[in-house]
Amino acid sequence: MKHKKINLLLSFIKGNRRNYIIAILFMILATMTSLINPLIIKLAVDSVIDKQPVSLTGVFLSMFNNIGGRDVLINNLWILGCLLILISVFNGIFNFLSKKYIAIVSERTAKNMRNKLYDHIQYLSYSYHVKVDTGDLIQRCTSDLDKIRRFISQQLMEIIRALTLISTALAIMLSLNVNLSIVSFVVTPIIVFVAFKFFKFIKIKFKETDEAEGKMTTVLQENLNSMRIVRAFAKQDYETDKFNKASKKFKETDFVVSKLMAWYWGATDFICDVQLGAILILGTVWATKGLLTIGTLLAFMAYSHNMIWPIRNLGRVLADMGKASVSLNRISEIFDEIGEDIDLESGLTPKINGEISFDHVSFEYEEGKPVLNDVTFHIEKGQTIAILGGTGAGKTTLVNLLVRLFDVKSGAVTIDGINVKDINRKWLRKKIGIVLQEPFLFSRTIKENIAFSNYNATEEQIESACRVASIYNVIRHFDKGFDTMVGEKGVTLSGGQKQRVAIARTLLNNHSILIFDDSLSAVDVETDAYIRDQLKKNLHSTTTLIISHRISTLKQADKILVIEKGMITQQGTHYELIREQGLYKEVFDIQSSLQSDTTKGGETRE
Amino acid sequence: MNEENQEYNKSFDKEMWKKVIKYILRHWKVLLLLISSLVILSGLESVTPLLTRYAIDNYIESGSTDNMEWFIAIYFLVILIKASSIFALIYLAEKLFLEVSHSIRKDAFEKLQKLSFTYYDNNTVGSLIARVTSDTWRLTGIISWGLVDLFWGFFTILTVTTLMFFLNVKITLAVLGVIPLLLLVSVYFQKKILKSTRESRKYNSAITASFNEGIQGATTTKTLVREKKNLEEFDIKTEKFKSAAIKIAVLSALFFPIVSALGILGTSLALWTGGVMVFGGIVTIGTLSAFISYTQLFFFPINDLARIFANFQMAQAAGERVFTLLDANVDIFDHDEVLKQYGLVKASDNVPKLQGNIEFRNVSFTYTKGEQVLNNFNLKVERGQSIAIVGETGSGKTTIVNLACRFYQPTSGEILIDGINYQDIPLMHVQGNLGYMLQTPHLFSGTIKDNITYGNLQATQEEIEHAAKLAEAHDFIMNFEKGYGHTISKGGGGLSTGQKQLICIARAIIANPSIFILDEATSSVDTHTEKAIQLAIGQVIKGRTSFIIAHRLSTIRQADRILVLDKGNVIEEGTHNELIANEGHYYKLYTSQFLEEQELEILN
Repeated sequence: MKHKKINLLLSFIKGNRRNYIIAILFMILATMTSLINPLIIKLAVDSVIDKQPVSLTGVFLSMFNNIGGRDVLINNLWILGCLLILISVFNGIFNFLSKKYIAIVSERTAKNMRNKLYDHIQYLSYSYHVKVDTGDLIQRCTSDLDKIRRFISQQLMEIIRALTLISTALAIMLSLNVNLSIVSFVVTPIIVFVAFKFFKFIKIKFKETDEAEGKMTTVLQENLNSMRIVRAFAKQDYETDKFNKASKKFKETDFVVSKLMAWYWGATDFICDVQLGAILILGTVWATKGLLTIGTLLAFMAYSHNMIWPIRNLGRVLADMGKASVSLNRISEIFDEIGEDIDLESGLTPKINGEISFDHVSFEYEEGKPVLNDVTFHIEKGQTIAILGGTGAGKTTLVNLLVRLFDVKSGAVTIDGINVKDINRKWLRKKIGIVLQEPFLFSRTIKENIAFSNYNATEEQIESACRVASIYNVIRHFDKGFDTMVGEKGVTLSGGQKQRVAIARTLLNNHSILIFDDSLSAVDVETDAYIRDQLKKNLHSTTTLIISHRISTLKQADKILVIEKGMITQQGTHYELIREQGLYKEVFDIQSSLQSDTTKGGETRE
Repeated sequence: MNEENQEYNKSFDKEMWKKVIKYILRHWKVLLLLISSLVILSGLESVTPLLTRYAIDNYIESGSTDNMEWFIAIYFLVILIKASSIFALIYLAEKLFLEVSHSIRKDAFEKLQKLSFTYYDNNTVGSLIARVTSDTWRLTGIISWGLVDLFWGFFTILTVTTLMFFLNVKITLAVLGVIPLLLLVSVYFQKKILKSTRESRKYNSAITASFNEGIQGATTTKTLVREKKNLEEFDIKTEKFKSAAIKIAVLSALFFPIVSALGILGTSLALWTGGVMVFGGIVTIGTLSAFISYTQLFFFPINDLARIFANFQMAQAAGERVFTLLDANVDIFDHDEVLKQYGLVKASDNVPKLQGNIEFRNVSFTYTKGEQVLNNFNLKVERGQSIAIVGETGSGKTTIVNLACRFYQPTSGEILIDGINYQDIPLMHVQGNLGYMLQTPHLFSGTIKDNITYGNLQATQEEIEHAAKLAEAHDFIMNFEKGYGHTISKGGGGLSTGQKQLICIARAIIANPSIFILDEATSSVDTHTEKAIQLAIGQVIKGRTSFIIAHRLSTIRQADRILVLDKGNVIEEGTHNELIANEGHYYKLYTSQFLEEQELEILN
């Protein structure tokens, strides 16, 4: 499990590993160079300003002597000043390169993850999308992803940096003075341990705060959503009281965390100061005894000072790594969901004429709850078929099986004699147009929405599709016509208008098979008839499936299928079906007993 | 996206900050203590290098450790006070932060209870929640900690500069020489970073929006086979975001080394000028070491200024959103005359019972969005009468009910309750006499009992059960293991829609309102529940003036009078039998409705 997650992470980083290593190397160099300056100050204080013997070795000693030794430096202190700056410049360059490379690596990785997630989600099965919690999934794709990015760019680097710093400083300090080094590192493990334990512990408290905040938000949300109830029952004061309590509870819970934080930072600061104090005092005592120089003392003070923050932070970073691991887990869960069509190129891509057959098809979404039961029917090319049935009878499932949103479990669905399972999914869907009952429009312009899947469509094609879908005049009446934005930033379309836009969108592709999944339900009867009439004129060779319960719609079909509890109970033409007892006749009788032609159910046509 | 863009381009909003300061000053004691702890902390931090200086000059240089116990004692005292002041500062800063955000949330919530529905029409629930929670949180958090940064930085610079001047003027001047350069670099980089940050935020929200659409429109994408093109479009966005993010990272990667190099420049200037003076015997080595520490202490707050500035800009954006809510106009309230006569009437007060005669007199109404819904509308309802309102979406049904509840007020004309213009009596007198049942049953999380007593907080158990029995809810409630104590969670807690409706009716019955509003659901429930609902509705409308926005025929038939609305006008009016005999609009509506109900019954 753990191994798999790491592999997933590595797969995102792929292609950037070299850069990652470069970034780490530069960071190590930067950390090391940052430790040189205290040594120079030590040199300046001890061997130039004071009169201690030079404690340099090898190359550095010969460099020191080449310049002219103490005699020259004493009159030209600027040389050491410049050296300080030079080292800082190197340190700066290394730091810069490290950060630059790490930015490239982490941002590329993040982009990689985003694209992969987005694409993977697109290909996840229909059943996944039906049950998924959108908010949660988006959170995984955004904030969880960001936590992983930060792990790559900050946390991991922070750990490596702290370790480099500690080990290098320890080595330098040991070479300067062993006793003082021991003093300097006594508290380090304590601080790391305390920090780690503390941040582990405080996580529980954070969770409590989150819960308190969640409760407060729920009160607020319920209040806003039930504002009419609140007002009508005059419960404003009661509600205010309830919210104040929740808000106060949140405040108090959070303050517990604050107090703990205050204790933590106060206490660790004290421990660190004790550490510095110990160095100062023992260093001073030893210096008076001639055991070490002022410069060494200053260098130790500087090193300890520089290390306090990374050490205190190390415990925190280690404790926080759990978060990144949780996030990685949440993302890998998405990738664990198997998408449809692992290889999109496989399968047949036959020319599709539009002859459809269902041969003893049974299907169930959940074990033991059959949705379709031994369904058999046949549709000739170019025919119009209407399907009548109640909610949950299995109408939509028929359509889903045809375009392979699901695959048949027993029996076979064939098009032009070819089992759809053998046909490439993409190809299949390209050839079959579906208009859903509740179509989704994207927040773009109307034109972009209509040309959504056929971006090369001409203005004329778009307009003519809109005329067929009987939406042209509605669009024309918008301020910006076809360039009107849809959704939050533009017009809000009614259910019927959305359906008609979706019809136009589907019509823009030339399909051999067209399916209307109750997609005229929000359109009034007259417009419904007009659209069907237009379709007939324009698409005479297209096989059309219409799911509806309007008799006026059903009766014009070449064949009507009546589906009840997953079984086809009747099939035939209107005239055949009204002569036999059954659901169709029952519906027909009610509708005809009242003047169905004057009914008003949806919106009137433009 | 656009909103975000504007936010970060705005200049200093003085008015907004004044309001924020008022909130902070409500907790002036905390603020004062916080500032004191910051003064102490920055003072002590500046003193620490002097201790080192003392140790070097007095012990190491002289080679003796006499009286060192005093030094140790003082040192420990200093670090103890320093640690305590760090504790105090975190404690106080968080206290300020949490108290101020609690105050703002409280005020915002109270405001939300007063704002009229016009406000709710123009603001989504999501954005209102964000204002009360995350925006308030961000605003107060940044301000509290920003104040800490600012005061700490200010005092540190002040004390360090003073101490440096005190130690040696010449070295100090050399060190301070770096500052103009530092400021120049800071301003240059921060401007650039801020600009890129704005850009990256824009792409970031575009990416979130794409994920959202991609997920919600997944089925549509599948049926239109657009996956490839979608990814291409998405890739453009992620690529831009990536570039912007790298740009920001590179800019700050460049900025920080330059700043710290400048800090080092200060240090080396101190070392150079100071070193020379050590030879001359003008300053001691201890002084020089203090200077080296000071240069580092000194530049730290300056480096931070840019970050603080950027944060304050973010706080300003959040603050502006919070204050548009806090400052929003309440447009339905008791005017002065009413206040004079009745005093301040609160929602929790007991209000006198109204009889329930309602009259609309020449009422016109226009929603803010511009469309006139009612024009010169007249209607007289006697006490105890039940009125069913039928008509298509947009015919004005809901508007009439909203006006009767005084959720909105007429644009012109007047509405009289018991003969008095309802704007001349306290709002709570009207709303305290209302019972309301919504299209989709709205229950609060809590127990069933909590939900029923929402109608009357003082109700006894007997009253509760009585109401539940009248509402046909008692039996199914008793079927729950905990009976009235059954918890209704967010998801609904095992209650069907019909059962929820029955509880809502019980809630309305227990409130014993003079005026009852029913905005009926279209959703179908099983026949058994349907019958129960009809019985319960019959109970609740008995003896009360009621308005029913009806969809079910059975409900419509129960009403004393039926109004058929079209485009804000009553086109037909009468009892069910009269209207059916007329064979007009109602007849058509009735038949089509009947048809649909019958058909659904057969199909399912």
